[in-house]
Amino acid sequence: MTGVPFFPPEASTFAPQVDALFFFELCVAAFFTFLIFTCIVYFCIRYRRRSDDEFPPKMPSHYGLEAAWTVVPFLLMLVMYFWGAQLYVDMKRPAERGLEIHVIGKQWMWKIEHPEGVREIDEMHVPVGVPIKLVLASQDVIHDFFIPAFRMKQDLVPGGYVTEWFQATQTGTYYLFCSQYCGAGHSSMVGKIYVMSEPDYQAWLAGAVPAENPAAAGKQLFTSLGCDQCHGQRAPNLAGLYGSKVSLQDGSTIIADEQYLRDSITNPSSQIVAAYPAVMPSYLGQISEEQLYELIQFIKSLTAVRNLPAGEVSQPPAPALGAPATRPAPGEQPGSVPNFPPAETPYPPPPSPPTEGR
Amino acid sequence: MNMTTAAYIPAPTRRKQLNFLNHDYRIRSWLLTKDHKRIALLYMVSITFFFAIGGAAATLIRLELVYPTNWIVKSETYNKLFTMHGVIMVWFFLIPSIPAVLGNFLMPLMLGARDVAFPKLNLTSWYLFIIGGAFTLFALLWGGVDTGWTFYTPLSSSFSNTHVVLVVIGIFIVGFSTILTGLNFIVTTHTMRCPGMTWFRMPLFVWGMYATSVIQVLATPVLAMTLALVGIERIWRIGIFDPAIGGDPLLFQHLFWFYSHPAVYIMILPGMAVESELITCFSRKEPFGYVFIAFSSVAIAILGFLVWAHHMFVAGISVYSGLVFSMLSMVVAVPSAIKVFNWTATLYRGSISLETPMLYALGFIGLFTIGGLTGVMLATLGLDVHVHDTYFVIAHFHYIMVGGMVMAYLGGVHFWWPKITGKMYDEWWGRLSAIIIFIGFNLTFFPQFILGYIGMPRRYPVYPPEFQFWNDLSSAGASILAIGYALPLIYLLLSLRYGKDAGNNPHRATGLEWTTTSPPPEHNFHTIPVITHEPYAYYLQLKENREEEPSV
Amino acid sequence: MSKPAYVEQQYEDIGQQTHSATLGMWLFLATEVLFFGVLFVSYTVYRTRWPDAFRQGSEDLELWIGGINTAVLLTSSLFMALAVRDAKRGHNGGVAAYLGLTILFGVIFLGFKATEYTLEAHEHLVPGINFSTIPPDETSKPPSQQHPRPEQERLFMLFYFIMTAFHATHMLVGIGVMIVLIILTRRGHFSPAYHNPVEIAGLYWHFVDIVWVFLYPILYLLRQG
Repeated sequence: MTGVPFFPPEASTFAPQVDALFFFELCVAAFFTFLIFTCIVYFCIRYRRRSDDEFPPKMPSHYGLEAAWTVVPFLLMLVMYFWGAQLYVDMKRPAERGLEIHVIGKQWMWKIEHPEGVREIDEMHVPVGVPIKLVLASQDVIHDFFIPAFRMKQDLVPGGYVTEWFQATQTGTYYLFCSQYCGAGHSSMVGKIYVMSEPDYQAWLAGAVPAENPAAAGKQLFTSLGCDQCHGQRAPNLAGLYGSKVSLQDGSTIIADEQYLRDSITNPSSQIVAAYPAVMPSYLGQISEEQLYELIQFIKSLTAVRNLPAGEVSQPPAPALGAPATRPAPGEQPGSVPNFPPAETPYPPPPSPPTEGR
Repeated sequence: MNMTTAAYIPAPTRRKQLNFLNHDYRIRSWLLTKDHKRIALLYMVSITFFFAIGGAAATLIRLELVYPTNWIVKSETYNKLFTMHGVIMVWFFLIPSIPAVLGNFLMPLMLGARDVAFPKLNLTSWYLFIIGGAFTLFALLWGGVDTGWTFYTPLSSSFSNTHVVLVVIGIFIVGFSTILTGLNFIVTTHTMRCPGMTWFRMPLFVWGMYATSVIQVLATPVLAMTLALVGIERIWRIGIFDPAIGGDPLLFQHLFWFYSHPAVYIMILPGMAVESELITCFSRKEPFGYVFIAFSSVAIAILGFLVWAHHMFVAGISVYSGLVFSMLSMVVAVPSAIKVFNWTATLYRGSISLETPMLYALGFIGLFTIGGLTGVMLATLGLDVHVHDTYFVIAHFHYIMVGGMVMAYLGGVHFWWPKITGKMYDEWWGRLSAIIIFIGFNLTFFPQFILGYIGMPRRYPVYPPEFQFWNDLSSAGASILAIGYALPLIYLLLSLRYGKDAGNNPHRATGLEWTTTSPPPEHNFHTIPVITHEPYAYYLQLKENREEEPSV
Repeated sequence: MSKPAYVEQQYEDIGQQTHSATLGMWLFLATEVLFFGVLFVSYTVYRTRWPDAFRQGSEDLELWIGGINTAVLLTSSLFMALAVRDAKRGHNGGVAAYLGLTILFGVIFLGFKATEYTLEAHEHLVPGINFSTIPPDETSKPPSQQHPRPEQERLFMLFYFIMTAFHATHMLVGIGVMIVLIILTRRGHFSPAYHNPVEIAGLYWHFVDIVWVFLYPILYLLRQG
């Protein structure tokens, strides 16, 4: 009976917190179970029927006891509620900065895309001790990204992005499961998470064959899908768009994050930029999740020198126009953790100044 | 100082008395019956049939899970097995079980009525059940369905290649069977009570059935329309739930769980209703807090409609939704806790005898407690993230539905078997089976809590080899459980031929059903009873206990 | 104690029977609220998600047919109420006549509905059958002069057809019930002492009417001019 697991490894910052909450609830459950069990056994022995004509006298009601066993369990559950809610809110509140990895789930495999362009299938290498932000998307049906050792789980619902974050605390190899039933190959969507020390991770990155830079692929799509026919002339300029505040036609403002960019491509009529006509066609169903990812990476890479009105998020300064695109040489990594590839040649500014933003 | 003015009918003499079973033996008198007691038996036979099919699927599932790889069935077949297991057990066994069998048989008797409010509608309900079952069985035989009983979109609406529409039609039809049964019971409770039977003189069984019926009537139509939309999406590909053409998969989940969470209360409230009857009879005591148990049933029915999104904590709902639904889910646990404490306290200073139905009843309390407490764990947000969609959830709901509801159903069948058939079964075999079921059940499902926490997801025919130990324990337990379920089938049927005559009231229970013959006559009572005292007045059986006639 | 023939076996007296039947009908109507409720909720979700497409959908419906139908259905409910009043008073001739008028107006409603469905089919608005984003009278025009419909108008049209089709089915069932009631009335089945079936059929018919009163504005009236 070697290696029979009784408990999953604790390999993330959340794992010990979840386990502590679980143990508390387990103790409460065990206490009440044994209490009831003991009462039943004791009563059945002590009050067993001694003759066929035994009929006990009537017992008076006991409202105090009823109140007690209503209020006490409820108070205990309130403790559990607040503890669990606090933990949940922490889990959902994303880290301010971190390594961003894109995950696409499809029947029946996981495609992991590192920002440097490294791709993995059914495996994910991550450094220990660093907050990792996952952007999850499904190509087809609902999947679920579940790493038991991290106590982490999130459904991937097709049609949108969800983000999830974790910080691994222990190097090792851990299981990744799909835990939302997704068809015939559901149980074969099993992967491995490799948590490595920072130097090992860099070494691995260096050795991994980088695929095409997703932003470059996105730039090609931008042309081949005809986006450049409008954007830059009668459609809003996309330079510097990512992360900025956009004013919409109905008067509201929205931050241009990944979901905004995605919705603009798949459901443009739901969020028209102020002062622009609603003529952009929807590309829903015409491009895959991977192509969406590449387009969004491309758009994110577009920075421009522009006068930003007060209150807008400023973008990192763009390299001079015409500067060749650079990529870090293998083995060389920038000091800070990159969120997206270095800037490409910025998109040429439109003839007339853009009117978005107030 | 009478207890009731119902005419006392002595035990049957040598000359065979006419009762609801023997007054007409023709097939058409059964298939066109309006007698609620006969309809109950028609249901009993039907749901036993479906239980066997659902159980066969479970057997194959547990057998396949003995080894970590596909060794009996391939994954596609396994997916069809767990789908059919869920569909059949939920809609064709659990939901009808106690209401359609015991509820149909007992409600008019307990209320002192001659039948339910709408006897013809009652028979129609059974036919709808059979027709719906026929559609579903046909889908099973013609290749099965592999969406899971939860039919999540877009898998079920756009990707599955199986006979989803056929099964959905079957469930749609059986849904109306449920709705009409619930409607019948609500009206019966309101209008058919005999003179003197106020609401607070009704047995707790009726309160439980009433609460169940409210859920059946209000929740099931939502399921019907939701599944209809899935069928429409499959046929006409419009984009209601498929995001590739503009639909929202989460809308399906909200609509589905808006029904299916109340549905799980349909699958436990009747068990609680039976429980109250068993505990009181075999302790010979009134329930510790009648009003508390009665109102808890109603509270569960109402609150059960407010918690559905606790099935969706990791599905992509907002954090705020999660906070609200987690709190409401904690609240809904409170009435169930009240009931467990009340049943246990009923034993205090009772006169306890451990007949077969009581063994089932005591097992129910323990197993339901474990199931309910693990439910609170699942309602806890931070914890649910880890255990959602793992075997932890499977263990939780099987503790409630099998450890709770099925045990209560068996306990009820055994308790009222003498009344229904006029025969006693073999008590020794009854107790042995109850113990075998209890042991087999725990061995099957307790390891699944551990499996879930270490991370084994649901619906996996193939799993990492280190999970095999717990899977094998669970499968071993399942084989014991199967034996436990097979035994009652045998000795109960044998009792029809070889059992001794039961007499009106072999357990000296209170309740109007025990004042008439076993089996009852076709029209239940020779004279409609008049009630003059509170229910469960066991203490009145002894002269010393009778002081003033208490009024309620 | 012998009961009149119109009291069924399981009941002690007519009061119990009437109370039971009426309560049963109210419960059934509650189930119908939840049944249609799914469609209303889903419609609302999608209306907020695709406001332009759904507004366009409303504008593509024939407002005048919807309006006439509303008047027709409300009138039929009036006749139904008059039938119930006559039933209470034992005026069987009036009962049959008013039920007949209710049926007539119900049939007029369905006739208009059928005409409307035909018009929509000609306009290529039927999802799953012939929905097209290019209106049929613009297929021959060059693309720059076309006014294509939003893709998600298909979803609006689906809800329109499903909701009105379910409603129409309920009307057909109601008409069938009323035909049976007319036959029974002419046979002298009802009297001031026993006429509850007419009353609860009235409840059902009024409910079907109320569903339409909600359907009409959300489908036809949320438009721009």
